[in-house]
Amino acid sequence: MASSNGFIRKYGVIFGLLGIIIFFAIESPTYFFTSSNFILISKQSSINILLALGQMFVILTAGIDLSDGAIAGLVGAVAAGVTVATGNLFFGLLAGLGVGIGFGIVNGLIVAFAKVPAFIATLATMSAITGITLIYTQGEPIWNLPSSFDFIGQGSLLDIPFSIIIMALSFVAVWIILERTKYGRHVYAVGGNIKASRAAGVKISSVLISVYAISGLLAAIGGIILASRLGTAEPSAGSGYELDAIAAVVLGGTSLFGGEGWVVGTIIGGYIIAVLNNGMTIMNISAYYQEVVKGLVILLAVMLTSFGKKYWNE
Amino acid sequence: MTEILKINNIGKSFSGVTVLKNINFSIQKGELHAIVGENGAGKSTLMKIIAGELEPEGGKVYLNGSEVKFHSPIDAIHAGISLIHQEFSLVPQLTVYENIFLGREISKKFFKINFIDKKAMKKSALEVLKTFGILNIPIDSKAKDLSVADKQLTEIAKALSTNSNLLIMDEPTAALTLRETELLFSILKNLKAQGVTIIFISHRLEEIFEIADVVTVLRNGELVGTKKIDEVTMEEVVSMMVGKSMKSRFPEKPIREISNEKMLEIKSLSSDAFKNVNFTLRKGEILGIAGLVGCGNMQLGESIFGLRDFKGEIYLEGKRVDISEPIDAIKDGIFLVPEDRHDLGLVLQRSVKENHALPNLDLFSEFGFVSSKKEKRSVRASISYLNTKVSSINQKVDNLSGGNQQKVVLGKWLVRSPKILILDEPTRGIDIGAKYEIYKFMYDQVLKGVSIIFISSELAEVLSLSDRILVMSEGRITGELDPKSTSQEDILKFAVKGKES
Repeated sequence: MASSNGFIRKYGVIFGLLGIIIFFAIESPTYFFTSSNFILISKQSSINILLALGQMFVILTAGIDLSDGAIAGLVGAVAAGVTVATGNLFFGLLAGLGVGIGFGIVNGLIVAFAKVPAFIATLATMSAITGITLIYTQGEPIWNLPSSFDFIGQGSLLDIPFSIIIMALSFVAVWIILERTKYGRHVYAVGGNIKASRAAGVKISSVLISVYAISGLLAAIGGIILASRLGTAEPSAGSGYELDAIAAVVLGGTSLFGGEGWVVGTIIGGYIIAVLNNGMTIMNISAYYQEVVKGLVILLAVMLTSFGKKYWNE
Repeated sequence: MTEILKINNIGKSFSGVTVLKNINFSIQKGELHAIVGENGAGKSTLMKIIAGELEPEGGKVYLNGSEVKFHSPIDAIHAGISLIHQEFSLVPQLTVYENIFLGREISKKFFKINFIDKKAMKKSALEVLKTFGILNIPIDSKAKDLSVADKQLTEIAKALSTNSNLLIMDEPTAALTLRETELLFSILKNLKAQGVTIIFISHRLEEIFEIADVVTVLRNGELVGTKKIDEVTMEEVVSMMVGKSMKSRFPEKPIREISNEKMLEIKSLSSDAFKNVNFTLRKGEILGIAGLVGCGNMQLGESIFGLRDFKGEIYLEGKRVDISEPIDAIKDGIFLVPEDRHDLGLVLQRSVKENHALPNLDLFSEFGFVSSKKEKRSVRASISYLNTKVSSINQKVDNLSGGNQQKVVLGKWLVRSPKILILDEPTRGIDIGAKYEIYKFMYDQVLKGVSIIFISSELAEVLSLSDRILVMSEGRITGELDPKSTSQEDILKFAVKGKES
């Protein structure tokens, strides 16, 4: 029982993605099933996947980061604002990444030391960060960004969009960290059994703080790409991204109870969401219906991957 | 006496593994029937079948002479059979009387709408309690605020209020203090006098000989025999349980000289669970720390490992050490094998390899990167030394048997060449064969110069393995004994010291 379920849970998501791709390819071979459309899908999914990779660290420790969309929004505004104010892209990026990591650390400190449940802690910081973004921007979008800023989200290297390169590098880095380092083992262990990890000499608070900092950093990168792609930093740009990120992680088979997950699964989860959005748009399905379909797909996937079982049995 | 329950040729297997075969026995009305056997003997499975939680494969169950087939616990309850689990099924936020009537709430109509009638529930709960002589339960308290003993009495009252006349209890005394156990026994005797039939599982033979009328022994899923308690001796029951004579439960103690070299000195250690504890552990010594549940020995072990706050001084090889977190103890070569390995010893959803490596990643990695080669070599060495049965080093520890899980916990510490091993109930919940291997492991370690603090409530193993025994009661050390000239009764005498007053 355990082995077959484990197999479906881990690899079922791949077949899910293939199934969706085949469906749209049959429905729309001329528009959907083209290499340029797949590059577009990768571009569209890159921001969500960046946030999802960060979110995954947090969920592996049995936490959740509801604030990463808000962080992406604030970082986009700060990076744009500082770039415009100083005329220097480097300062803008540095300020943006710093703000992302900083608020991530704040989340981590609240969870690790004040022992506030992650859901509540990040719900609160999500609200506060959204407010800070509005205060910083005075509710107005930031225009007139230099072309160097636009390159991050719009440019390409050797015909590959720059945002996809950033996403790919981040994926490789996250994979190496989680699967090959001592730190990655600690993340899995803390999420699996926090007490046994402490008894094995793992520094729990460092692990907890760092996963939120990583989530903040990846949200910051996502936020910069978002502002750069739009060519303007909208104060509300990041809102809703946290839910898509959580959906991608859960679709990818990471357990919300912590301790179990698969980096490749998170990428596939992100692609499932992006392919659905893209395919349905090509098929001229109204955006209203798209949301409903997305919801149903997530529900179906989670039910199929036996995620609910643990909740009832234990 | 009339027969209330008859089991005829019952079997059961889980995913191909037979856990019960050809079980035949009967229970007489109004008797107190004890079921004993080693872990994995099939006691709990048999009880679950009787109570409708599991369905048997083949065979028949007769209740009061007619065949019954239960498909769920509700069927059994309607037939008058209730099973009280080791882990209670009370709703923590509800009061005692609300728990007693959970799912059968008494209601009154008010404008054709049913409202819960708390007053009536409380009244009938009190009646049930009074009828069966269960007094002194704070009936308005929430279940979460109750002591273990009161929770258990609430469960009993819940069962009795459904008019159960066959009560099955799974290790009712496992978590009770001596005094609570006596109270429970007097209530059970009272129930018996009122015609209630009681089946209870216990690991404590002394208890069984104190209270039971009949004892049935299971071993490896088979029924070894049913005996009247006054026609059998404790030794006979033990040999029925283990299938061999008691002597061979333990490996032979290696002959060795224990030097006077002090490995560990504990000076006036105190916490909320123990008071002013002093002792010395010598190099290569097995120091048993015995006591009843709740005496503080578990907390003492966890404190020395840095899991709990304490006051006092710890000297390792003559030098004062400061242990405030497990990582400090680990650096000093002091390791704990905890009483509850699922809670403190293992990350169940991770593999054997990862669990083995978790405290040793610093040794297996360079610049933060884990060397798969070093890791695999180490886990393989430990598996072969401890004879751990795994299908692969990538197997989840959750899927291992208790004995093999315990070996994973032991194995991970061996990598760091321990100075001191604190073994807290190391053989709890594992079968005889694995127990024997763990005893041999302990001897092997002390021959290598490791010192062992051996915390155990199983008096026979404490007596057999320890070089010296400390007995704790109510958080204090009440006696130091030489196992060569000590009996189980002597240990018990010190273990209840201070409790009688």
